[in-house]
Parts: sequence; C-alpha cells; structure tokens
Amino acid sequence: MLTPESLQKIDREVAKYPTGQQQSAIMASLAIAQAEKGWLAPETIEFVARRLGMDPVAALEVATFYNMYDLRPVGKYKITVCTNLPCMLTGGVDAGEYLKQKLGIDYDETTRDGKITLKQGECMGACGDSPVMIVNNRRMCSHMNPEQIDKLLAELQ
Amino acid sequence: MAILGAINPMLTAGLNNDDAGWHLADYEKRGGYLMLREILQEKRPQEQVINEIKKSVLRGRGGAGFPTGLKWSFMPRSFPGDKYVVCNSDEGEPGTFKDRDILRYNPHSVIEGMTIAAYAMGANRGYNYIHGEIWEIYQRFEEALDEARRAGLIGQNILGSDFCFELFAHHGYGAYVCGEETGLLESIEGKKGQPRFKPPFPASFGLYGKPTTINNTETFAAVPFILKVGADAYLEAGKPNNGGTKLFSVSGHVNRPGNYEVPLGTPFSTLLEMCGGVRGGRKLKAVIPGGSSAPVLPGEIMMDTTMDYDSIAKAGSMLGSGAVIVMDETTCMVRSLERLSWFYHEESCGQCTPCREGTAWLYKIIHRIEHGAGRAEDLDLLESITGNIMGRTVCALGDAAAMPVQSFVKHFRDEFAYHIEHKKCLVPLEVQRAGSGFFTASE
Repeated sequence: MLTPESLQKIDREVAKYPTGQQQSAIMASLAIAQAEKGWLAPETIEFVARRLGMDPVAALEVATFYNMYDLRPVGKYKITVCTNLPCMLTGGVDAGEYLKQKLGIDYDETTRDGKITLKQGECMGACGDSPVMIVNNRRMCSHMNPEQIDKLLAELQ
Repeated sequence: MAILGAINPMLTAGLNNDDAGWHLADYEKRGGYLMLREILQEKRPQEQVINEIKKSVLRGRGGAGFPTGLKWSFMPRSFPGDKYVVCNSDEGEPGTFKDRDILRYNPHSVIEGMTIAAYAMGANRGYNYIHGEIWEIYQRFEEALDEARRAGLIGQNILGSDFCFELFAHHGYGAYVCGEETGLLESIEGKKGQPRFKPPFPASFGLYGKPTTINNTETFAAVPFILKVGADAYLEAGKPNNGGTKLFSVSGHVNRPGNYEVPLGTPFSTLLEMCGGVRGGRKLKAVIPGGSSAPVLPGEIMMDTTMDYDSIAKAGSMLGSGAVIVMDETTCMVRSLERLSWFYHEESCGQCTPCREGTAWLYKIIHRIEHGAGRAEDLDLLESITGNIMGRTVCALGDAAAMPVQSFVKHFRDEFAYHIEHKKCLVPLEVQRAGSGFFTASE
C-alpha cells in the first residue's frame, strides 16, 4: 500500500510519542501517505489507521477535520491561496482571481489536463508577505504579484 | 518575511534576517544555552527560576496575556510520572507571523526556553506544535532538535546532570482551533482538535491526562533572555505590569509590512513610523491591534494609544498576539468583516451550537449586506446573535468571532447602514482594488 520509505517515515513519527500513544502519529502519517499517493482514498486512510492500531473511523475523523488533507483527487500541483483579511488588504483576493482567470478554473477545481488544482486557504501565518500561496502543502510562495504568479505557473507547466 | 526593525531588541538581537545563522553554533555565539548551563551547574532551585519569571511580569505572548510565572507555578512539580511542556507554534491568528520568524532565525532560543521551563516545572517530555502551513520551518526545527540532541542539550542526563527532557516537534495540518491550548492537546493525541471543557485545566489534566503547561513560542523564546538580563531589567524594558519587549507583526496597508520588536508601551505612532507609514501616504482608517479576534479601533484612537496590554485594553481592544492589521481609507469595512466572518464560520470546530450555528448566521447576514441584500433590521440582528454566542461556548473561538462583528458595527455603523440603504459600498471597488496594490506593486 505504501512504499518502505513512507513506512519508515511513519515509524519515525510513532517514535516521538510515549509507548501506547501511537495514535498521536496519525496526523503525520496521513500527511506522509498523502504526499506519496497525491490524495487520501478511503483504503489509504484505513491502511494507515490499522498500522497505528486505530479504528479507521477515528482516522477518518482526523482526515476530515484538518484542512490540508485532500479526500478527493487533486491535480499534480495544488495551489492554495490565502485570501484572509490581512492578505486581502494587500492583494490576496486579487491574486486568487488572477489565478482563476489564468487557469480557467474556479476554487476547488482542477485544470482539464489534471495539472493544477486551485484552493482558497485560511491564514498561513505569513501575512506580511502577502499575496501568499502554498504549492502542495509544502512550498510557500511569497509576494506573489502578477509577474511572480506567471513565473510560478510557467515552472509548473 | 523578516524582522524589519527594533528598539532595544532582546529576542531578535543580532539576527539580521540571516537564513544561515540559525544553527546551534550561531546561537551559542550569541550567548545561547549559557542560562541552561548555569542553571544545571548551580542546581538552581526550581522555585527560584519560577520566581524570576514571575518578577519579570512576562505575560503570555500567544494572545491571552496570562502571567507566565504564575502559570508555571500551577504545575504540580512533585507529581510522580510524566509531566509535559508544550509549545504552541500553531500560529494561525490572521495577522500574526512572528513565531514563524522566531523559529526560522532562532529556533534554539525556543528549545532552550522550553528546556529551562521543563526544569523549573519538573517536566520530562515536551512537544512543539508547529502550524501546518509552514513545512519548511517545521523541517528546520527538526534539524535544530537534532543539533541540540547531539550536543546533549536535550534528552537523557542533560549536560551530565540528572535532569532528563525529551523534546519533539508535532506538525499541524490546518485547523485554526488547534491554537486553543486544549484543542492543541487533543490534536497531539491524534484526534480532532476540539477544545476541552475547563476545568480541569491542563496543569492538572493535560496531554494524555498528565500535568501539562502550554506557552506560546515567543514566551518560551523570551525565557533565556529574561534570566540573562535579570527580571528587573526585563520588566523595566517595558512598563509596569507589561514587562519586556514584544514582537509586533504589522500587516495590511503599510509601506514595510513585517515584524518589529519594540518595548511594550511604545506609542502606536512610533511603530507605524517604523513601518514607513501608511502606504501611498493615504489616510489611516482603522487598526486591528492584536490579531483578527481583537476588536477593531478607528485610526485616530490608535494614534493616541501605546502598544501594551493595559493601554490597548483601555482603548477598547486587546494586544492579543501582537498582530497589527492596518487599514487605510481604501478599505471597505463591510467587505473586510465579511471575510473575517467567513473565516470564523469555516474554522468553528462545530462542537458548541452557539458558535457552529452563530458563526454561520453572522457570515450569512454580513454577506447579504455586502452584496446589496441587507435589511434594515440586520444590524440589530447581528448584535443579538453575537450576544448569544459570547460566553456560551467551550473555548474562546465563539467570542473571537463575535468581537470583530460588534466592534466593526460599533465604530463604522454609518458604513454598514449606507450599504444596507444604498445596496452598494461607500468605497468603490476600483478604489479598493487600487488600495491592494496587486496590479501596481511590480511597477
């Protein structure tokens, strides 16, 4: 189900918590599984839950509670744009609109070639760098004016 | 992001926004881990460390402003078995981005602060819960932990003493409510981050049901500096009842948004000047002085206020996390509040009915006002809903959703009334767009 590398990463996470508390590693384990698979299918969630000795429904509760898990397939690249107030004041909403127009999609949609999914995000804790967006949950892009967005899209093509 | 200015800095002294200067060797060159070494060598009594923090009047930097030393004294130090120290780096309060810079440029100050805290409270394990969206910072913190472990600064028998403290990083994955300390504990336990009913407080029933103390990143980072300069000097750096310096994250319509470390009690006008003033020389309209949950204040009130817990409370808001959101005359207050209300609706964990249902109604009503479908009775309706949320929920998210609504309507009632009556905004959308600078910033 998951590669040995992913399983090793999960074991490292489990080791952070006291004996018998391996459920604490569920958040990290789901993130590791998502990074490998692209999204969290029900059987992936179940597999991770069993590995940690949890009820699958308890893992599903976690997967549905936190915003950064994807429970449906997303594009190869997921761009999440912060549009919260501090970012909105300095172009966050405009950046989202610019991306929608450039990609021809709305929030929560994927381009027809399956490359890019666009998401609206909440505060990423980088308000001074607005407009801010994250690619695939991991790479934060700052000061994203039209020119920078064009550059990012060219790179992801 | 960067630390763009300071007056008498402590936490950020000598950092220079250097992305290569965060390592253990760099921190030690800046005097790092000296306090931990001294305390362990002297076998300093735990009580003495706690008293020093009490005397400094360090107040929690995460938002609530609770005296840190007092919080530490609640821990049952002699309780047998595991005790935990937890750092709250789940920095998701809109407008706040200071903890990210502390972890980015000076992660070892947090590690040293947490280790000293663990010593003082007799804790043997710790976790730093890091905001989901800052993966690169989380990775850096993991590396810093490895450095500290290899140098014997955390782990078993620290620096040859009999003090043991295991410290790990826990990565969040996108839930604002986990910034609430008991929601955060639930999250570390591998559950939905729904806050717990209190009491019992974490000092008696915390992580895995064990005694636990949770502090903010900046609070822990301040600890080594307080012990180094002494409690009196730290207190004097700020003002009475508001000890020390504070990092302010300034965002919105200023020329140089970023982090600024200034003594508590610094006039807002001085801070604004350090940020290069309002963008484009435009007129200051409003300021949210402590993160999106703090009541908004009109610009003229802020210009007469100093940046400390007591003064901002007197002016009718909260210092909160020190997130200063600046809005100039191109800002539509209805649209701004609409976005904030969406945020609280989206992030309500759904546990308490007044918050779950109330935040949905707040958003729905403000949305219809913004989109020209407001009704004459809507402002009273908003007032009534906020009254029914506040004080009726397990955690502070309900209050945090209600306070912006109350303060926006109170201070900018005319603008809301205009929207309802004329079905459009006082500030044309073109002016708002120009104000954001998105299409002009690169010119």
